Amino acid sequence: MHGFGPVAVEPDEPVFHAPWEGRVLAMLFQAVGFGWTNIDAFRHAIERMNPVAYLTVGYYGRWLESLERVLVEAGVLAPGEVDARLEGRRPPPAPLPESLPHPVSGYERTADVPPRFAPGQPVRARNLNPAGHTRLARYLRGKRGVIHRVHGAFVFPDTNAHGRGEHAQHLYGVRFDAGELWGADAEPSAAVHVDLFEDYLEPA
Amino acid sequence: MSDHAHDDPITRRDALRAEALESILVEKGVVRPEVIDAIVRRYEQDIGPMNGAKAIARAWTDPAYRQRLLVDAWRAIAELGVPTGPEIAPLVVVENTAAVHNVVVCTLCSCYPGSLLGLPPSWYKSPSYRARVVREPRTVLREMGLEVPPRVEIRVWDSSAEVRYMVLPERPAGSEGWPEERLAALVTRDAMIGVARPEPARLAHG
Repeated sequence: MHGFGPVAVEPDEPVFHAPWEGRVLAMLFQAVGFGWTNIDAFRHAIERMNPVAYLTVGYYGRWLESLERVLVEAGVLAPGEVDARLEGRRPPPAPLPESLPHPVSGYERTADVPPRFAPGQPVRARNLNPAGHTRLARYLRGKRGVIHRVHGAFVFPDTNAHGRGEHAQHLYGVRFDAGELWGADAEPSAAVHVDLFEDYLEPA
Repeated sequence: MSDHAHDDPITRRDALRAEALESILVEKGVVRPEVIDAIVRRYEQDIGPMNGAKAIARAWTDPAYRQRLLVDAWRAIAELGVPTGPEIAPLVVVENTAAVHNVVVCTLCSCYPGSLLGLPPSWYKSPSYRARVVREPRTVLREMGLEVPPRVEIRVWDSSAEVRYMVLPERPAGSEGWPEERLAALVTRDAMIGVARPEPARLAHG
């Protein structure tokens, strides 16, 4: 998207602009850290926000709405439970799901197979357009780059966000020249380095 | 466009909703209020760019440390004994040289080495920075006050997975012979993101 104008820098910005922002952050950290949800499901909830709301409610506004949504979807909160509390009602709490919490540690895993790509190898980001969550940014799809680093295996967000398992796979640092990404409008002498999962890539 | 004053209606609404959500989650045992307090306190008091700055200053004065920082950043940072957040994400330090300038972004959300630099500033999380710095980095940096000479390649690091990036800026001319502590005071959060350069004049006049 374009048209956002200059990057607005706030001088001497506080860590939090209001106390509730810090409390939302800390609730999310616990919800993820203790395994009531996972970071990928949370990011996908943010992506599903109404686009106008996404751009207008602010960073922690997005977190607040999406934390509630992801906890409703996990069965930790009943639909409407927060609204009821705001209206002063206290319906009996729904039982928590037996499968939760499900704590996991970090995102790095081991892979069953060796890496498919090696440093220096030319690759192309596949033109994937899944309906759900992905960490393959749109501006990279179909573009050619070069592997510059093999990071190890990590939890695959595209499945983990949807409760379909971790499916850890190799992650690569891929270098894309600005000219490949932006064509004749590219600035000279620039490149973008992006970390991409093996399933996002094909040999080029 | 993404920030609100304390007293505007959206912020008031969100404050109430966050309070209601917290009360429910505490009753259910999903979150613990004392852990919320501890996390908030940690980010407000203990974790911040001064921790990353110590690693940069050490790297400027100790070539062997610089090498360790570039090869295995978390292990090198652990040597300094600075408080950091949970180190669940790998960290990669990328060095600026006479030929390369690095700058960090997360286009898909706002991923950031928060356990080392503190929470990201609003501008880092803004749609403007996220959308523009990959496409026109030189222009964005110029607008933010950093002129990168045309002969210098700009590398934009889009942290789209769980690896986090921090920039090792060039040691500025005029800081020769400075002790580590004074050097660390030159290293701003923005310099470790790559949108500013350490400026000795900033200290001299400050």
